[in-house]
Amino acid sequence: MEARRRRGHGIFSGGIAWSDLHPGTVAAVVFLLAWPSFTSDFFTFQIGAYSLILGTIALSLMLLAGYGGMVSLAQLTVAGITAYLVAILGDNSVGVMGLGWPWWLTVPAAILAGAVLGALIGAISVRTEGIYTIMITLAIAVVSFFFVRQNYVLFNGWTGFAGVEPPTLFGIYWRDPVPFYYLSLLVAGGFFCAVAYVSRSTFGLGLQAIRDNPRRMRALGFDVALHRIFAFFLAGLIAATAGVLLVWFNGRVSPGTMGVEASIDILVIAVVGGLRHPIGPFLGAVGFVLLENFAIDLIDRERFNTVIGLVFLLVVLFSPDGLLGLWNRIRPRLRFDRNARPVAGRATMDAAGQPASARQSTS
Amino acid sequence: MYRTRKTLFTAAALLAGSTGLAGIAQAEDTIKMGALATLEGAFAALGEDSMRGVTMALEEVDYMAGGKKIELVTGSSDASPDSAIRATRKLVEQDGVQVMVGPLSGSEGLAVKDYAKTQPDVTFVNGTSAAQDTTLRDPAPNFFRFSTDGAQWMAGLGEYAYNVKGYRSVAVLAEDYSFPYTQVFGFLEPFCRLGGKAPADARFWVPIGNKDYSSVIAALPDDVDAIYVALGGADAINFLTQYEQAGGELPLVAGSITVDQSVLGSKGRTRDFVIGTPSAGPISDTWDDPRWDAFVAAYQKRFPDGFPSPTLFSHGYYINTKALLLGIEAVGGDLSDGGAALRAALSALEFETPTGMVTLDPRRNAVADIFLTEVIVGPEGNLVNKTLEVIPAVSQTFGLAYEKFLEYGQVSRENPPCE
Repeated sequence: MEARRRRGHGIFSGGIAWSDLHPGTVAAVVFLLAWPSFTSDFFTFQIGAYSLILGTIALSLMLLAGYGGMVSLAQLTVAGITAYLVAILGDNSVGVMGLGWPWWLTVPAAILAGAVLGALIGAISVRTEGIYTIMITLAIAVVSFFFVRQNYVLFNGWTGFAGVEPPTLFGIYWRDPVPFYYLSLLVAGGFFCAVAYVSRSTFGLGLQAIRDNPRRMRALGFDVALHRIFAFFLAGLIAATAGVLLVWFNGRVSPGTMGVEASIDILVIAVVGGLRHPIGPFLGAVGFVLLENFAIDLIDRERFNTVIGLVFLLVVLFSPDGLLGLWNRIRPRLRFDRNARPVAGRATMDAAGQPASARQSTS
Repeated sequence: MYRTRKTLFTAAALLAGSTGLAGIAQAEDTIKMGALATLEGAFAALGEDSMRGVTMALEEVDYMAGGKKIELVTGSSDASPDSAIRATRKLVEQDGVQVMVGPLSGSEGLAVKDYAKTQPDVTFVNGTSAAQDTTLRDPAPNFFRFSTDGAQWMAGLGEYAYNVKGYRSVAVLAEDYSFPYTQVFGFLEPFCRLGGKAPADARFWVPIGNKDYSSVIAALPDDVDAIYVALGGADAINFLTQYEQAGGELPLVAGSITVDQSVLGSKGRTRDFVIGTPSAGPISDTWDDPRWDAFVAAYQKRFPDGFPSPTLFSHGYYINTKALLLGIEAVGGDLSDGGAALRAALSALEFETPTGMVTLDPRRNAVADIFLTEVIVGPEGNLVNKTLEVIPAVSQTFGLAYEKFLEYGQVSRENPPCE
């Protein structure tokens, strides 16, 4: 919540004027806002809202991996535990737990708990680097999965919880496709701007500097571990909020929601989308959700998972920066940017494959 | 530059819009039918066989029922309720199916039943999901199950293990979700009523897709007479292989999908070890009956690369698809009333299946014959289930009154206690 409030402030103080807004950005915003008006409920809800939710979870990973250099496989665990907390503190139809707290208490409590869990995961893993961070967060994800699967008193084991409903507010039932889409869009858009802002803030620049050279930053007097833990806290906040949407979207939560395969899906979404800009995870999520839903219509039903795998393989093979990198590579050829503003600067950056957001940290 | 980009966006918007609308527009003379099975994950091989059953039922009538052409749309899940709901939602809300067959596994069935209540105009017919509460408690008025549930499938096995095999205490190994709960309940209830024991600390519950059974095998107690195993697909094969390699010697009593053709038909070294294992279920490979023989022959002819003999998955999906087609035929293909007439026709439907007559109870769950079987070496050297006994017209409440049966309580890890 707090991060979102800072957004308005950030746009003005972060050196962006309205006239700076790219027409593409405006078109994208209009497109996203108008999306439910020309699509079916299915596209609004299951493609649109679900992509936004997955994209938001992947965005939390992008914040850690792209700016912090820390690849965490436990972001879905944060979202999953938050989803569980909504079912445990609020209402469910299973008859286990369900303390019946009102939504305005359940939701903030669950999100805060999720963010703290994120920070805790960070505290455990920040002293490791690279592959060891992946391993330790993978271990946390696996342990959490088996814990919720085998705990029957709190988490109701394999079955998990069903019948988790969003509240009816202002006469609107928030599970209906269109309201739920806009709710997801608000959350996703808010965090997108927040992450874009954080990347330009003092903290974000510090984080990126730590990613590039932790020893130098330590020598300069920065508390490297604290920076990283705070990044985990912020990422936890994002993932936890998406977790609330996830449980409202499915109406249920079970260990499979936060299983290892699902965690790897989040990594795939972030990597295929691109880790260099906050838009990447959302591109990845849209691609993932479309493929997941429609690959079975494209090809023989026994082979469609092969198609999904092949597409992701091709993207990573031809563009190490994911869909985002692919776009950056195609763009000059299409000559879309013939009269773009900072011509010289942008050209060199594009050649180096660096998007605008990473520019400040390296310069 | 602006124009190019705007064109791009318009094109993308149009594309998305047209695909979104495609689901709604359909010709008057076709009926869209969805089929949902687990084509991913640990039960993928079972899901494939399910689709063979659907194909057989449709090809029998040449994709025509009640004068309408039947258009099949397939959905896939990975046996988790979440994925089943996503796939169902896509079939119903995007592809616009008016009738749907599926899902395959227990907890998916519970989730689809709940979803069915939100789509009163769509008629849902079960695949092979066999959790008890899909139809027993709080059923959906538009969800039908012409296949039986997991407790019905166990009819006669508890008595057989106690009386004929002489087992007095068993260990239990099963997957940890609603279908095995239902099977364990169906087996233990008569077994324990006769005086058998299955202590709580000798019950092992593993997740679907578990690959390493060494810790379970090490923890199996020595002082039991047999192990009751209710695992399916790859899980059953993994356990049986590992138990044999570990030198396990306890005899087995098997759940319906633990020693069926999806396991027996697989290649591996479990063969000799499972011979003589008693089981029970909705089919028996060697039932000597012209209806079953015709079904097996048709399956083998159509799917030379399928299992040696149809599994209960192709059988269950076949029966449910066939029931749906008979219902559509009965109403002359007229679903214009939101399927109300179709559902009335289905409720009253009685028909011959490869395994005998099937009727429905008031909660739209099948009453059908169940087969008590034993694994033997078949005439062609492959393992098959020999029919020991046919238990006629098994109902979901084991012949008890509905209210009386509810007193047994919901199936769970501890029901029945059996201490």
